[in-house]
Amino acid sequence: MIDKTVATCSEAVAKVFDGATIMVGGFGSPGIPSMLVEALRKQGAKNLVVISNNAGSDDWGLGGLIQDGRVRKLVASFPNSPGADAFKDLYMKGEIELELVPQGTLIERIRAGGAGIGGFYTPTGVGTELAAGKETRVINGREQVLESPLYADFTLIKAYRGDRLGNLTYRLAMRNFNPIMATAADVVIAEVDELVPVGTLGLEEIHTPGIFVDAVVKVERHPRLFEPQRARRAKK
Amino acid sequence: MTLTREGVAYRVACDLPEGSYVNLGVGIPTLIPTFLPAEKEIFVHSENGILGVGPYAEPGAEDPDLVNATKEYITLLKGASVFDHALSFTMIRGGHITHSVIGAMEVAANGDLANWRVPGEKVPGVGGAMDLAFGIHNLYVAMTHVNNKGAPKILNKCTFPLTAPRCVRRIYTDIALIEITPDGLVLREVAPGLDAKAVQAKTEAPLRVADDCRDMDVPAEFHGIRLRA
Repeated sequence: MIDKTVATCSEAVAKVFDGATIMVGGFGSPGIPSMLVEALRKQGAKNLVVISNNAGSDDWGLGGLIQDGRVRKLVASFPNSPGADAFKDLYMKGEIELELVPQGTLIERIRAGGAGIGGFYTPTGVGTELAAGKETRVINGREQVLESPLYADFTLIKAYRGDRLGNLTYRLAMRNFNPIMATAADVVIAEVDELVPVGTLGLEEIHTPGIFVDAVVKVERHPRLFEPQRARRAKK
Repeated sequence: MTLTREGVAYRVACDLPEGSYVNLGVGIPTLIPTFLPAEKEIFVHSENGILGVGPYAEPGAEDPDLVNATKEYITLLKGASVFDHALSFTMIRGGHITHSVIGAMEVAANGDLANWRVPGEKVPGVGGAMDLAFGIHNLYVAMTHVNNKGAPKILNKCTFPLTAPRCVRRIYTDIALIEITPDGLVLREVAPGLDAKAVQAKTEAPLRVADDCRDMDVPAEFHGIRLRA
């Protein structure tokens, strides 16, 4: 019987090694695998290359991992979001490397990595400093830049529900980078809010088929994940 | 008179047609949904995988799994859909989103846009700005006409790093509506009480005044401060 469930997050991330490349899903708080990232902080692997849209916030999750000095390089589109102070501090001290990628190019590079595609041409970035030095060619009358695929040793994602086969489903805006990142690493680890028996998830609601997933851990949500005061601030 | 930020948002909202799929950037564009007329069906897209963004969630009724691209808690309209990032940027890069309204630091007379990086800024971030600027046909800028030092933001040539070349179609500001054409900038509308000369004085690039140039039609509640002549 296939059983991809793992009892604890620390067990799930035990094999992450120094120098590993790790994708971390999520956008805003929805879909952030904070419990796995917290376990990785305790696990101790260092010199990591992290691929994630943002640089985390404050001193927990990815922000905490960066603050602990464990990330050598970040591949991201928006590492300067409010609260990403750990990254900003290290970046200004020259202690962390940044590969800045337009968001649509970032997700497509991950998609290409997971889909076995050797790269792609996109108009995004042509003529800007983010495409400087990259190969370009004119396709259908428009100049486009060659972008390479991204692939990782480990992917950490969060889903809403999962089963022992690794089938995953996401609520609302939790999906974001998660199902694409789930295709693009040697080892894919998912934390889920609910672990359900096989056959429970409706066929059409499985966004990530279990074939992509190596480990599933049931977690309680990280207490910092839900910060409704932001919405209130914005309304003023 | 200049328009308030709400006035600029109101004026843009009037031009979004029924059936449009609109991505709204940070700054003045975030105010636009309030002014979308209820009788028009317009779908607002959020880059994190939402089509059909509704009003902000009421305090206490926020859903932890539902935020917009600026991480504010929102609601969904009937007929909304949610999807992953690859599909979301397929909508953007593939030109399926019909309109994008974004803020800008500088716009050049040829439509060059600079809205992602100030030179000397310590930590850069680009987000989806370039994908929007390269992917969307009707790219509108909504911004203040001059920067906080009073200097023009509509220039002969951008001085900040470009987001994308030749991409902006229209500029909505607190004093004017300007269209970008192959022959340069055309002044379509001016804020009530101002004239073309006043707008040109705050614009580095030359403006051609449209034959049918008129006052911006914005309710008086959105009229802001009176500019000195």
